[in-house]
Amino acid sequence: MLDSNKIRADFPILSRKVNGKPLVYFDNAATSQTPQQVIDVIVDYYSNYNANIHRGVHTLSQEATDKYENARNTIQTHFNAKHAYEIILTSGTTESINLVAHGFASILDKGDEIIVSALEHHSNIVPWQILCEKTGAILKVIPMNLEGELEMDSYSELLSDKTKLVFVNHISNALGTINPIESIIEQAHKVGAAVLIDGAQACPHVKPDVQALDVDFYVTSAHKVCGPTGIGMLYGKEEWLTKLPPYQGGGEMIDEVSFEKTTYAGLPHKFEAGTPNICGGIAFGAALDYMNAIGFDTIAEYENELLAYGTKRLLEIEGLKIYGTSKNKTSVISFNLKGIHPYDVGTLLDKMGIAVRTGHHCAQPIMTFYNIPGTVRASFAFYNTKEEIDALVEGVKKSKMMLS
Amino acid sequence: MQSIQEIQAEIIEEFAMFEDWEERYQYMIDLGKDLPLIETQFKTDDNIIKGCQSKVWVHAELNDDKIAFTADSDAIITKGIIAILIRTFSNQHPKAILEANTVFIDDIGLKEHLSPTRANGLVSMIKQLKMYAIAYQTQLK
Repeated sequence: MLDSNKIRADFPILSRKVNGKPLVYFDNAATSQTPQQVIDVIVDYYSNYNANIHRGVHTLSQEATDKYENARNTIQTHFNAKHAYEIILTSGTTESINLVAHGFASILDKGDEIIVSALEHHSNIVPWQILCEKTGAILKVIPMNLEGELEMDSYSELLSDKTKLVFVNHISNALGTINPIESIIEQAHKVGAAVLIDGAQACPHVKPDVQALDVDFYVTSAHKVCGPTGIGMLYGKEEWLTKLPPYQGGGEMIDEVSFEKTTYAGLPHKFEAGTPNICGGIAFGAALDYMNAIGFDTIAEYENELLAYGTKRLLEIEGLKIYGTSKNKTSVISFNLKGIHPYDVGTLLDKMGIAVRTGHHCAQPIMTFYNIPGTVRASFAFYNTKEEIDALVEGVKKSKMMLS
Repeated sequence: MQSIQEIQAEIIEEFAMFEDWEERYQYMIDLGKDLPLIETQFKTDDNIIKGCQSKVWVHAELNDDKIAFTADSDAIITKGIIAILIRTFSNQHPKAILEANTVFIDDIGLKEHLSPTRANGLVSMIKQLKMYAIAYQTQLK
């Protein structure tokens, strides 16, 4: 059982007030809050061993390098990657995706196909459109149904020997749907296509095993799992990372340089040009340690309880419609009040100290599909409580009264 | 006719009567509901200002030497603020519009709605009102 009082005490921000009311933070799908344990690691880094890594012989540089590489090992263990050098530390999910898209520019030929899903975030659509423009490859889209689930029959039909890459998010940011990635990966491999999974929304809720999934690339950001912003990772199978060309040129990523020819460093450094986000990387490791100490099974069980409770309570409100009603979803509730713009609801909730996301959630195609300007999205984390959900329900009722 | 400054002072006075945010927002919501809608023929893509969060439509017409604005939004709170802005800027001379500022919005506790990062289209709307004023001022000369 999860002791929410004990856990809430770890998060200093949760005791602050917003507009004179106790903060209710339900924008966890956008970014998670940071526990004191991770804040301490950040303070410790800058207080005690801030130095550039991998090339200094002095003590501070050694200490910082050790901690940074230890964090990589923590991330490797967490995702069960075969080798630590298959974990590339990036600035986040978006950079990880762009790194792979950039690499595939030298692999794809005209007429090759890339499959993405209708449930994607803009950051998951645009890099592939750019890649297609560059290479003459064709972008295909797996459609979704009204529940917000992917149409798997259509997916099977889209696959062919022309398919070179399939790109799907593990969990949808706008609706919370958990996609059947096991089946998506297996079917793609049958036609020889590589699969990249965006785990940004999944990692706060589940612990993916990249070897069991047999996924080719898996990407995520630290700030969704109680870590800082500006750091994330790309897991890639060794064979793929070896095949892809470097993404950016710079220090750290080279072996030998002359004006005639440069040879590149081995993995993971080939993809880590320049001084990395050292403190961020170390804090990313600490954040995963923090969540693992609570346990992902415990987290999932508690969040499912919040989801069931939140869904039931919100549906008590007449005229409230939930978008994304798959049985397989995480603790995200996207909703609208009939005839009321989501921006208005979000603005009034903020006045009551309740932080939710409003708008299209960088997923305009999904909003177009439902023919709505956007939704109000409440996303729960393991440090939220049923009392906070009650406050949300009261807030939505009050907003409805004021706006109708 | 009242000057922009006089109207703004009047609005500040009206808002001073409210005791809390609820009364203030309820008033704005009611203003939003009463805002004379833009005529359908002017609710076009040419007149749209796309915010990330809400959309705003603005139309301007020159009557003698004054500009009349009509506007709309798909979000009611945005529309309420538009109503306040239209009340101050509409039926004024282009020169007066160009010289006016929107500091009074801070004074009535609605500052956050005019933040450039708010993405509700209002900041762009004010720019648009001023653009119309520049255009019509040139025409009047």
